[in-house]
Amino acid sequence: MRSSRQIHAWLLLLPALCLLVAFTHYPVIKTIARSFFGFGTRWEGKASLDNYRFLLEDDVLMQVLFNSFLYAAITVPVSIILAIAMALWVNSKMVGRGILRTAYFTPTVLPMISVANIWLFFYSPEIGLLNKLLGLVGHGGINWLGDPSVALYSLMAMTIWKEAGFFMIFYLAALQTIDSNLYHAAAIENASKWTVFKRITFPLLMPTTLFVLVNALLNAFKLVDHLFILTKGGPNNASNLLLYYIFENAFSFFDTAYAAALTVLLLSILVVLALVQFGVIEKRVHYR
Amino acid sequence: MWLNALKRTAAAAAIFAVTAPALAETELTMFYPVAVGGALTKIVDGIVADFETANPDIDVNAIYAGNYNDARVKALAALQSGDPAQLSVMFSIDVHELMDLDAIVPFDDVVTSDEEKQWLDSFYPALMENGKVDGKTYGVPFQRSTIVMYYNKDMFREAGLDPEKPPTSWEELAEVGAALTKKNADGNVETWGAMIPSTGYQYWMFGALTKQQGRVLMNQEGNETYFNDPKVVDALNFWKDLGSKHAVMPEGIIEWGTLRQNFLEEKTAIMWHSTGNLTTVKNNATFDFGVAMLPAGSELGSPTGGGNFYIFKDATEEERAASLKLIRFMTSPEQAEKWSIETGYMGVSPAAYDTPELAEYVKTFPPAAIARDQLQHATAELSTHQAGRVRKLLDDAIQSVLSGQSTAEEALDSAQKQAERILSRYK
Repeated sequence: MRSSRQIHAWLLLLPALCLLVAFTHYPVIKTIARSFFGFGTRWEGKASLDNYRFLLEDDVLMQVLFNSFLYAAITVPVSIILAIAMALWVNSKMVGRGILRTAYFTPTVLPMISVANIWLFFYSPEIGLLNKLLGLVGHGGINWLGDPSVALYSLMAMTIWKEAGFFMIFYLAALQTIDSNLYHAAAIENASKWTVFKRITFPLLMPTTLFVLVNALLNAFKLVDHLFILTKGGPNNASNLLLYYIFENAFSFFDTAYAAALTVLLLSILVVLALVQFGVIEKRVHYR
Repeated sequence: MWLNALKRTAAAAAIFAVTAPALAETELTMFYPVAVGGALTKIVDGIVADFETANPDIDVNAIYAGNYNDARVKALAALQSGDPAQLSVMFSIDVHELMDLDAIVPFDDVVTSDEEKQWLDSFYPALMENGKVDGKTYGVPFQRSTIVMYYNKDMFREAGLDPEKPPTSWEELAEVGAALTKKNADGNVETWGAMIPSTGYQYWMFGALTKQQGRVLMNQEGNETYFNDPKVVDALNFWKDLGSKHAVMPEGIIEWGTLRQNFLEEKTAIMWHSTGNLTTVKNNATFDFGVAMLPAGSELGSPTGGGNFYIFKDATEEERAASLKLIRFMTSPEQAEKWSIETGYMGVSPAAYDTPELAEYVKTFPPAAIARDQLQHATAELSTHQAGRVRKLLDDAIQSVLSGQSTAEEALDSAQKQAERILSRYK
């Protein structure tokens, strides 16, 4: 009886397991193997650390890593703060709330590639919207994507614009589950708006914040579609991010072995981040 | 029951016998890229449809595969996964890498008859440079270009310049550019004299400036580069000076993708761009424009650019023959003429310009002949082993100089050193 239930359970798991093994586990193992046994597009007979040694010598990689962490360190908190602010706003009772919610959510619906094509023209120095606005106040304009000290921040601005609306939806849903009695009680105590937010709303949003944080951090490393259109990592790698650099190595340089080593690096970063998030932050999350 | 099955088998066999000739048809899969705007995919699909009508026994599956990089990735991915692909249009400069991957066959092994051999010799020699390695032809020119100078004649007139006299030397480019650069009351530039794009294909633009200094960037074997030659350094300094010293071009990086729009909106009086843009500019310009050869440094010059046909090694004898037939059709003077008029890309052989249509077109629209006339001053585009990596070294060096992060000497020295390290394995 027991064993037949076991078989039954495994059979139910089988379809998902097949997909996971074929498209997740097997590629991961093969990537790790390639990073040790590969050279260029070929397989070598014996394992070597050459690809990993090159990681340490690669100046571009150092810059790419710095860019990636800076990108995550800015886009993640800013998108979350914006998402909470927007959710609080569109959650209040006001006229035109539906339209506002739709407006905030629109960027999320659009595909990243088409968005990037639109922003390419916003950012264009001579004909772009942004510099035309600056021109109105007599400013000479900024080379948004062409100036190495600005390009990465231009990408961040677009990412935040794109992501914040998506996270807003989760916060909006969470806000609507908060018991209104808590707010009534706070009103009787004559608590200030800030105290209400700090003591009631924000703590009760923490589970959502954890979820959004995990997603935002993963996206910060995984989402590079816009680089293909906007900067191709330029100028001089100023806006190059780790996943795009992996793509360049694998498909522009055909150095799949080095790309595999880079992928292992990316995987390790993501695993460490996930452990930190679930191990440290989850302890402080208040679940009801 | 059993008899029934037998009958059915017999019927199936009979049907098979009737339809067998149709099954013998050769199926070809071809990937092709588009690197400039416009409805180029429709034009390619049209030519392919014409070919299929003329050759009912060959079935061509032409797949648009994005830009040059994407096309190469897709074609090679198809080959590696065992999907059939017999021929592709790919970047003319991919030749060394495709050979290193053992993916392509030389055309010398595919052509058999004297007529076919003659055909292989019928193209402009400058367009064959990127396709020839060790005396064998691996790439046949199709969508080929040079860089040309587009200029806005109306803006020339407004600035009191002769619209029929575009700048012909670097000095004139700086002078004319200065006259064309207009500032508003705040002292901010409203329209620029000239723009040379520095994203996407900056090594290509740079190839023009170095050729104009009488230098090439690499050897024919693709295992040596000359990035830090003093004249090459001069060329990069001149590019930077156009922005920083002469102030006729915006300082910093200029986007390849939006440059044509800048020109069409009259934000720049001159742009350097692929001749593949010609027809789109012609159809969209609301002003009088001209096209000229690039100005000369110590000499005239531009690299050739664009895509070549390649035949893959995996193709069977029969498929290779059919591929050759398709390539001959698409590069024939009649098709090259149509292709050139509809896109602005060059007719790839002198015979194309002898067709009545193209001869007439060039007469009524002289800019269409500039790219061809410039061919005699052209050189091969940067093409080496490990082309992607080496190209990125030069691309990054150019951008670091134009954006003021390092000097031309430093950046090119460093690029050269790294290129030498990469290429040392191919000597």
